[in-house]
Parts: sequence; C-alpha cells; structure tokens
Amino acid sequence: MNNPNKYRLRRTMMFLNCQKPSLIKDPYVYKPDSIMLDLEDAVAEREKDAARYSLYHALQEIDYRGVERVVRINGLDTNLWREDVRCAVAGGCDSIRIPKTENADDVRTVEYAIAEAEREFSRPEGSVLIMAALESARGVINAMSICDSSERLFGIALSGGDYSKDLQVSISGTGVEFMGARQHMVIAARAAKVQCFDTVWTNLDDMEGFRREVEIIHSMGFDGKSIVNPRQIPVVHEIYTPKEKDVIFAEKVIKEIDTKKAQGIGVFTVDGKMIDIAFYDGAKRTIALAKASGVYKGDL
Amino acid sequence: MEIKKTAVAGTLESSDCMVTVEPADKGLQLELESAVIRQYGRQIRKVALETLKRLGVRKGRVSIVDKGALDCTIKARVECAVMRAAEHEGRINWGGMIR
Amino acid sequence: MINAVGREIPEEILEITGKEPFQGNFYRDDKPVTLHGPTIRPVMNNEKSKLVGSIREALEKCDAHDGMTVSFHHHFREGDLIVNMVMKEIHEMGLKDIRICASSLGKAHTALVPMIEDGTITDIESSGVRGGIGEAISKGKLKGLAIMRSHGGRVRSVATGESHIDIAFIGAPTADDYGNLRGIGGKADCGVLSYAIVDGNHADHCVAITDCLVPYPNFPAHISQTKVDYVCVVDEIGIPSKIATGAAKPTTDQRKLLMAQYCTDVVVNTPWFKDGFSYQTGVGGASIASTQYLAEIMRERNIHMGFGVGGLTKAMCKLLDDGMARVMLDVQDFDLDAVRSLKNPNHHRIPAAAYANPLNKGAVVNKLDYVVLASLEVDVHFNCNVVVGSDGMITGAQGGHPDTAQGAKCAIVICPLLQGRIPAICTDVTTVTTPGESIDVVVTDYGVAVNPARQDILQALKEADCVPLKTIEELRDIAYSIVGEPDKVEFEDRIVGIIEARDGTIMDVVRQIKEI
Repeated sequence: MNNPNKYRLRRTMMFLNCQKPSLIKDPYVYKPDSIMLDLEDAVAEREKDAARYSLYHALQEIDYRGVERVVRINGLDTNLWREDVRCAVAGGCDSIRIPKTENADDVRTVEYAIAEAEREFSRPEGSVLIMAALESARGVINAMSICDSSERLFGIALSGGDYSKDLQVSISGTGVEFMGARQHMVIAARAAKVQCFDTVWTNLDDMEGFRREVEIIHSMGFDGKSIVNPRQIPVVHEIYTPKEKDVIFAEKVIKEIDTKKAQGIGVFTVDGKMIDIAFYDGAKRTIALAKASGVYKGDL
Repeated sequence: MEIKKTAVAGTLESSDCMVTVEPADKGLQLELESAVIRQYGRQIRKVALETLKRLGVRKGRVSIVDKGALDCTIKARVECAVMRAAEHEGRINWGGMIR
Repeated sequence: MINAVGREIPEEILEITGKEPFQGNFYRDDKPVTLHGPTIRPVMNNEKSKLVGSIREALEKCDAHDGMTVSFHHHFREGDLIVNMVMKEIHEMGLKDIRICASSLGKAHTALVPMIEDGTITDIESSGVRGGIGEAISKGKLKGLAIMRSHGGRVRSVATGESHIDIAFIGAPTADDYGNLRGIGGKADCGVLSYAIVDGNHADHCVAITDCLVPYPNFPAHISQTKVDYVCVVDEIGIPSKIATGAAKPTTDQRKLLMAQYCTDVVVNTPWFKDGFSYQTGVGGASIASTQYLAEIMRERNIHMGFGVGGLTKAMCKLLDDGMARVMLDVQDFDLDAVRSLKNPNHHRIPAAAYANPLNKGAVVNKLDYVVLASLEVDVHFNCNVVVGSDGMITGAQGGHPDTAQGAKCAIVICPLLQGRIPAICTDVTTVTTPGESIDVVVTDYGVAVNPARQDILQALKEADCVPLKTIEELRDIAYSIVGEPDKVEFEDRIVGIIEARDGTIMDVVRQIKEI
C-alpha cells in the first residue's frame, strides 16, 4: 500500500458542516490544504441522514480543485459510523477522520470497514487514508501505538475540547493545559513518521491569540492546525511560510546532495560547511512548504 | 419508494432548498418556488424529476422552495425527504439509487 | 438600430425620445452644447417672507399643475422622508401625469407605487430604483418611460434643459428663513447637498424643506438664498440612523477580504500608484477592506494620495486625517465619520456637476487614476449591469458607475463570481449600464481578468505576478461549470425604461418582465 497522498502538505485542515450547502459548495477559494467535511459534532442528531446525502453528492459533483477531502465520521460508540464510512468511500473521499480514538484497535476497526467499502464501491485498495483524533487522556497516552496502527494512517490530531474535559481543566488560551499532550503527540508522530495536527482555536474575535498559538505549535513541530473559519487560513500559511534564508539554504542542500550523489561522492558541503544526509528530508520539506506558500519559484 | 407519510428535508438558508414530500393517491406532482426560477427553474425541475425517477417514486406531491441551491443539493434534499417519507432504514444504495 | 455595445435600440424609442443610440464614450467630446437657464420670479420686495406654512401652500404658490416635473435629491438615502411627504400632497391635490426627476429613488419610496398605478406619476427619471418602484416599473405599471441616468448624466440632462424641472424640492438639514441651506448643523445631517445644486441652478421654482430653521444667515451656504423661492418647516425630513449610519464594521468575511487583497494588489502594481495618485472607492465590505490594505502599503512605501473623491466613508476620510491623502472631494457621505470629517479644511464639498457631468469643461472624474466599483453582472465584453437584476427586475442604480469608470485610467470592478446560484460573470449582461470600453479590470474570488484592450495593465500584473490572472471567458466558464448556464430571462415586447449613457445617448432598453 503506497498512497502518494500520505505525506502531502496539511498546514490547514478546515472543518465544514456537511449539512450546510453554503459552506461546502466552494471552500477551495480560501485555499486550505484540506477540508474536513463533518458528519459528527456539527450535525444535529436528526439531520445525520441529510448530511450523508449532501456529503455524497458534494464529493461526487463538486470539483474541490486539489484540496484534500477528509470526512469526519461519527464515533465508534454510535450506530452511525459504518454507514458514514460507506457513504464517504462511495462518494470518493480522500481520507477519513476517526473521532475519539482511544487505541490502535479503534483504527483497525475503521480500517476494516474502509477496506470493505473500497471493495463494495470498486475503489483501489488503500486509496482512502485515515487520520485519528485523540480526544481523551487515554487516547493521548496511546498516541504511539495509534500512530503505528495502520499503513493508512497519515497522522494524529489533538482535539482540545473533549481532551480538556477529560483532563478536568478548562481551556485558558495560553495553551498551558495542552503542553503535555502536544509535546507527547508530536514525539509519537515523528517516531512513527506520521503527521501531527493541532486542535482548533474557536475564539474568532481574538486573532492575536490565534496567531500566538499557531506560532507556538509551528515551533513545536506540528504539521498544521485544524481550523474553523477561512479567516484563520492566511495566518497559518503565513507562519508556515519558510524564511527566505532557509529556502536558499534548502535549495543548496538539495542540489549539493543530488549532484554529489550522482557523482558517487559521499561528502557534502554548503557555504563551506560540512552537512550530512540527515539535512536532505528537512530541505525537501522546506522547499515543498515554500512552493505551497508561493515564495519558491525555482526549478526543484 | 412508496411515500408513506409527509416528510421534509433541507432549510431555507441561502444555497439550500427545502423539499416537502407528501403521499398522494395517484400521479406525481412537483411544485417549485425559487428566487432563480427565471434562469434555473427548468434545470431544477429536471434534476428533481430525474432524482424522483431514480428513487422509483410514482405517487406523491413534492414541493421545493429553492434558495439558489446547486444541483447536488437539490438531489440530496429530494433524496433525503423521499427516504424519510418512505421510512427507509438500513444500508443505502450509494452509487445506485443514490447518484 | 444596433448601438456601440451591440444592443438593439428600437426605432420607435429613438423617435419618442429624440435620442441617438450610444456611439462610444467620446462621441460628444468637443462638440458644442447650449446650456439652459430657468425662468424665475425675482424677489425684489424686501417685505416678502419666503416662509410657507405647509407643503401644500408651497405647491400652490409655485403653480403646481398636471404634467409638471418635480425634482428631489437622495442625500438622505434610505432615511428620506421628503419624497413621500411631497408626493402625498400632490396626490391629495389630485394632480396627474407628474414626472419625477430624482437623483435616486430607493426602498424608502415604495409608498409611491399606488400613485404610479393611479396615474398620478407617469414618468420617472432617476439614477435607478430599488424595491417596490423598481418592481412596479418592471411590471409595466408606469405609463411613460423610466429613464435611468448616472449622476453625471443627470446634471447634463438638467443643465442642457432636456429635463426641465418645474419645482425642485430640496431637503435641507438646516435652512434660514431666506433659503440659505446647509447639509450640517441640524437633526438629520447628510453633510453635503451636492446632487441638489443643479436643481437650484436650473429649476423654475425651488422649495427648501427643513426640520431645523436657524437664524439668518445660515453660512457658508451650500445652496444659496438666490436659488430658493420658499422655505417650509416640517417636523422631520429624514431618519438619521438611515442617512449617515455609523461606520460599517470592517468585514470579517474572508471571501470579501480575499477580493479586497486582489484589488489592492492590482492597484499597487499598476503604473499610476505613485505619490499624488487619485482614487475613488465604494461603500461595500470589500471596497472598504481594500482601502485599508492600500493604506498599509501607502505607509510602507511613503506614497500619498493626491485626492480622493466620491461618496465618502470613514476609511477614505481616515486617510485625510492621518495625512496620507492631500484632499478629499465630497459629493456624498455614507457614514457619520465622513460627515464629521467635513470639518477638516482639506475636505471639500463639490457639486455633482463638478464631479461627473460629461458635458462641461472637464469633470473631476476625468482626473481619476483608480476607481473601485461593484457590479451585479459583468459580461465577456466587460459591459457592466448595475441596474437590472439577473431575473430581469429593476433593482439598482447607475450612481456614478459609468461616470467614474469612463473617467478613471484604471477602473476596477469587484464582484464575487457567484451570487447564490447566479453567475456574476456571464456571456451577455441582462442590461448594459456601463460600456466594456470603460472597464479595465474585474476582480472576483476566483481570479482577476484584465480587459484585453488594456495590455499595459495586463503586462504590469503579469510582471508583478501578484494575482491569479484569468481571461474573462475563463471566469465565465468556471461560473457556468459550477452553477450551469442560466436560461435567458423572458421579457414582454413592451419597453418600460431606457438606460441613458452619460452623454444622453441610449445605452440599452429595459423591457417589461414576463409574468410566470
């Protein structure tokens, strides 16, 4: 199973209520990296059926112009999630977000249902990826095994609302209550070579607070953030835009290593300093980010 | 699908439509009210009737109050209202009856 | 006859109106024009009082009669009480066949609809009409033709005598007993009286209506005592909260912010953005946001605006207060901050004639570098429609759209690609109000299109690589791919209105809507 989308760029993952046609008709104009079409919390209990019909036709008929289409299904403790998976896979989604993931078995349970749906609706095996939202203390503690649970899993996301309740704290806006979870999750994700995403910021009146939080999670190593409003997108993308000197350095690293490797040379220098092969992946990431941010127009 | 009871789906928000399906003794009636009826009335009717046909609805009164919904939303709301009116439960035939 | 924007103007309409079809923007440039003077009754007797006890008395003293033309200004916007107040009297007097010549009419004037239906009002000349009157005209209830003309076009029509005003009614926030009028100092301030100045100059009779009588002389007067026959004091001339509202809160709608960003990127990357540039913009969320983005860049690059003009808002007046703009030229105030800003010595009132009249010796719009406009529809020929809705119903006003678009070196139209299901970029606009030759750039949430006639702008934007450039056809195709191609709206044969070009030629006709 080798899905090229597994490591795509996901700086911004925007939640959209499947039940609202005005939201799902053209969110791509805001240029998020991913949209998360929500069948879970945003949809009222009596509209769960309606949301699925909307989702199916949106996935089938709306050209999302390369934006990743993740579907958030209902929790494994409901009788809704299996039909959610069938609907999302049949519609042609790229990924499924599992809410309230407690352990690796949860991921495998969903993975089994996805594989079944892929066969039922004649989609290539492995075409649908998975991300797991960790929303409890137990889920966060199990981050490592969750990250290792499935080849389909591209990343884990912190879901701060439920997690803070489980931790018996309130959300302060300073991030102090999430410190442990964030650090632990990033380390687990990196160890398993998957991505890690931060929780939403819901106070739209406090854009300064939002900016501070994005700066923090960016420097902690998160790959991106879940967002609730398109206004948040430019802020995240700006903070995730590599600095000019980093882009220049990354370009030199890649060119140096590619050329020397082709010549069979194993010693690399940039600007007179020795570098090693460990710089290569980081440099590639920097260039990818720079391209997505529109600040790199080079030939790499 | 047999329309067993009155059911509604959708809202009157912008880009949405509200579909009401009621049982009828014979025939299929479609009423449409839309802010864009002069430019898209024909297209909305066509999509609604095709959807009803796919769902196998032969008898019923269907009314659509449209607020500028795209075709995909018209389909979704008609399907949802019909499925509710037919008291459908269980797995849904994605890609078959629903497409 | 097919005019210069490809619209069929029927011979009968040319005959009835005595007008020519539109022949291009500069058709009447440098051609001699004779101006019209009013027939007035001088006030020499120094014992005579101009105060009248009621509007009825004023009407009688001004020889109100069947078939006369009465005029109004729209500085009180949706808070206006004057039009309804005067027309109610005229209606009660049983007068018929009245022609209204207003600078604009809005939703506040729906009370006129029964008077259209019973033949009291048979002709309307206005920048446009919204709400009930628009619907009544579109449904064919007006006996005569509605004439929609721009702010500059109205001045041209009145000044050349094409529109002959029998009685002008000028709502004035303050007046003295001898008819010196000001837009400030009263209970319902609108700041300026720019649109009414031409009425004062050319109407046979002129009645000032105020709810705030002040001691003589009410100076400096915005309209002078030398133009005013009578002054009538009433309880209320307007609803202040609907005249100059509090400044609109900055928009938080990311779609508008996105278009605002594109618009600013277009402005700052075209050659006229340099110290001393001139600028006009509108009152919509995207326009105001783009002014704020522009202000940031002006600060960064130390570029100052030479002058700003137009209907003004807080965002524009702040540039003046912050020393970022040298002069503001004011024909209308959209918020209270703009009214307050008139205290600034560099904030000047100008008459609508100076602003936009095409047939004088050069209007301010001719000196504009940039104008930022909106539009209901733009077609692949860059023609704009700001008057008739895509459903065929009259629902908007020309305002200064055709004037500024023609005058400015770079006319930018901002509109979201889709309004609900309606595509704003289309193959042919429902009605042409501003010709494509005036429109240079169209900014949408899906990309920016440049009029191919403006290779200079296209080149500058390509080099700057600052906005997603599309052709206008591409934008239309994207719109149609999302919402489907709309069916053509069906009309009856009867023509209910004409869209007049700035110079008085006919841009397009509006037909009666078909009942469905």
